[in-house]
Amino acid sequence: MITELEMGKGESELELGLGLSLGGGTPAKIGKSGGGGAWGERGRLLTAKDFPSVGSKRAADSGSHAGASPPRSSSQVVGWPPIGSHRMNSLVNNQATRSAREEEEAGKKKVKDDESKDVTKKVNGKVQVGFIKVNMDGVAIGRKVDLNAHSYYENLAQTLEDMFFRTNPGTIGLTGQFTKPLRLLDGSSEFVLTYEDKEGDWMLVGDVPWRMFITSVKRLRVMKTSEANGLAVRHQERNERHRNQPV
Amino acid sequence: MNLRLPSKVLEHIISFIDSNEDRNSVSLVCKSWFETERKTRKRVFVGNCYAITPAAVARRFPEMRSLTLKGKPHFADYNLVPDGWGGYAWPWIEAMAKKSPSLEEIRLKRMVVTDECLELIAASFKDFKVLVLTSCEGFSTDGIAAIAATCRNLRVLELRECIVEDLGGDWLSYFPETSTSLVSLDFSCLDSEVKLSDLERLVSRSPDLKSLKLNPAVTVDGLESLLRRAPQLTELGTGSFSAELKPEAFSKLSEAFTNCKQLKCLSGLWDVLPEYLPALYSVCPGLTSLNLSYATVRMPDLVELLRRCSKLQKLWVMDLIEDKGLETVASCCKELRELRVFPSVPDLDATNVALTEQGLVFVSQGCPKLESVLYFCVQFTNAALITIARNRPNIKCFRLCVIEPFAPDYKTNEPLDKGFKAIAERCKYLQRLSVSGLLTDKAFKYIAKHAKKVRMLSVAFAGDSDLMLHHLLSGCESLKKLEIRDCPFGDTALLENASKLETMRSLWLSSCFVSFGACKLLSQKMPRLNVEVIDEHPPETRPESSPVERIYIYRTVAGPRLDMPEFVWTIHKNPEIGVSHLAIK
Repeated sequence: MITELEMGKGESELELGLGLSLGGGTPAKIGKSGGGGAWGERGRLLTAKDFPSVGSKRAADSGSHAGASPPRSSSQVVGWPPIGSHRMNSLVNNQATRSAREEEEAGKKKVKDDESKDVTKKVNGKVQVGFIKVNMDGVAIGRKVDLNAHSYYENLAQTLEDMFFRTNPGTIGLTGQFTKPLRLLDGSSEFVLTYEDKEGDWMLVGDVPWRMFITSVKRLRVMKTSEANGLAVRHQERNERHRNQPV
Repeated sequence: MNLRLPSKVLEHIISFIDSNEDRNSVSLVCKSWFETERKTRKRVFVGNCYAITPAAVARRFPEMRSLTLKGKPHFADYNLVPDGWGGYAWPWIEAMAKKSPSLEEIRLKRMVVTDECLELIAASFKDFKVLVLTSCEGFSTDGIAAIAATCRNLRVLELRECIVEDLGGDWLSYFPETSTSLVSLDFSCLDSEVKLSDLERLVSRSPDLKSLKLNPAVTVDGLESLLRRAPQLTELGTGSFSAELKPEAFSKLSEAFTNCKQLKCLSGLWDVLPEYLPALYSVCPGLTSLNLSYATVRMPDLVELLRRCSKLQKLWVMDLIEDKGLETVASCCKELRELRVFPSVPDLDATNVALTEQGLVFVSQGCPKLESVLYFCVQFTNAALITIARNRPNIKCFRLCVIEPFAPDYKTNEPLDKGFKAIAERCKYLQRLSVSGLLTDKAFKYIAKHAKKVRMLSVAFAGDSDLMLHHLLSGCESLKKLEIRDCPFGDTALLENASKLETMRSLWLSSCFVSFGACKLLSQKMPRLNVEVIDEHPPETRPESSPVERIYIYRTVAGPRLDMPEFVWTIHKNPEIGVSHLAIK
């Protein structure tokens, strides 16, 4: 393959220096032989093995990629399938409505107690949530996360940890450092998870019931704990303060 | 013999030329033709806002009345361009406000537009008539209110799929109380409810209104009331229908539609209940454009609607139409020119709809005028592609998205090379092509050889090596925009074909194996290209051979841009790093 390129196309004035292309030449067939060698730490080119075949026409052999993340559906690949964000949000909302309706129907058969009282506001029967932005202190590029794909806080925190810090041992995450798993929700790490609500206030994530959270969240921020001190205090503490004497 | 036309005559002749491509050719003939052309060009199109400075545009075209600008690369639609990359409208608006105060029309696509921009537009252009914002962001409904309040001659206000900070529905009340010259109003992307009475009164005092696209907050009752006041509409985007069906509301709505005898385009229809569809039957025979891509209606309700649309030229629909529905379209919609079929679920695993390659084959057989296709499908076959190409050599735009990456022909397990070869070979007028599925370098050899008129090409998860890129860059003569993601080529083809890049508007590469060193080399070699490396980590801190995440290359006469965020790197950003130890001849 390399020879076809080199012969007869000698018009090029560019001298390709050493080390310009990986492996010193045209990269060998990468996709099908699996493996993350070319990318190394930072991620790897997605290959056929990452996408389990719908019609199971091809065997999904997981043996050959060492230490790789489990095969993912195309919904977890950024920007694939190539549907504009307006349309994507609409599809996601439709799904949420369908599952919300199914939940409601299932719920009618159960006995509800106070704790599971649904405080979600629904507009036209739809749960209005889609992709929201997430930024992290010290990381230039923000991300978007699909709140509809999560149903409780730990789930969301795990996704964000995966997004910004790979939790597999021995991998370098987006911040370029080896890190231990974060505890974004319990305040024990150097970062906390915060969100901006519809009123424009920044709050700590985790205080209110999940359903209330997803209807009021506008965007998320993984904030340095040191900076989070001036934040809106926790729900209970705020209530307590109102009950007690002001200091 | 030196034949020279008097300049007045030349001016008169050139004034008949509308196409900017033709005008660009005219301006290359000689200096006097250049001068005459530039003084008569009223509609200016700038495909990349960073290719030229606003001042240069204003200077060249003193009679400009309409400006169209595009900002971010196309893949920004799919979240591949990080926020803050650029595409700011402000410098353009600011420059035009000073130098082209007679500007009447502004159309922006994928740009960052602030409320300040909108306020400046409202304040600066006395005879402002047309504002169309497509896939823009950065402004709020306050900015829209400023336009509504101040632009007394406003004819067109369209917000298409914008991300708007919605502060409520008040903006609508800012239109002047006297009759307006509104011809087209599109606020379908806004969330908040506008007061129905405001909307009714606006519609009543806008006698020229032909196109109205409502947002989902408008209910069935609202729609009916508006249609009664504007039976002259030719384009309608409905609100949402998801309320329960009330028989009285239904019959009123039916009647309102029956009175809209000029309706040609219908869209919106969010979550329309199938029970409402019969209300639309009266307008179906006249429809030329129908957008059902947000309507979660299934077969056979869809078919009942579509078989009445014999004049339909443009159909956008979800895969809920299934092969069966497309078979009906093929037999009933003989005027069809454009078909788009979108997925109904956002991820692959949940897809269980009976839409296959056969649906598109039906349409290609039955609709002789079909020239534009966008088709999302789980799997495909070479045979289907070959049949489609044979049936429809008149196709100009073919975008196939096989949703499962690397999916081969599911009947033969071969790559889809042969199928796309047929498309490239037979569709001689093909201008836009998106490929998908399992493809080897050969597919790109065929495309390069045959697709001589392709101007825009999109590639994802395809190819084996640098050859694929080499074929495309050395072969596709008319190529202007190339966007590639997740393909395994490196530096060689890019550097070998560097000069090609100056003949193109732009090249987007993401998740490929192009190294930082190659980007630097390319930049040094080609000073009239901006080579932008978009990467989380500053590339200077890594070895030259390490691949970069995203590269956006575009030709420009404006030089390096000054508004780059920290995650965009170009050679001009850190001049002290400059030339490396690599040999350059």
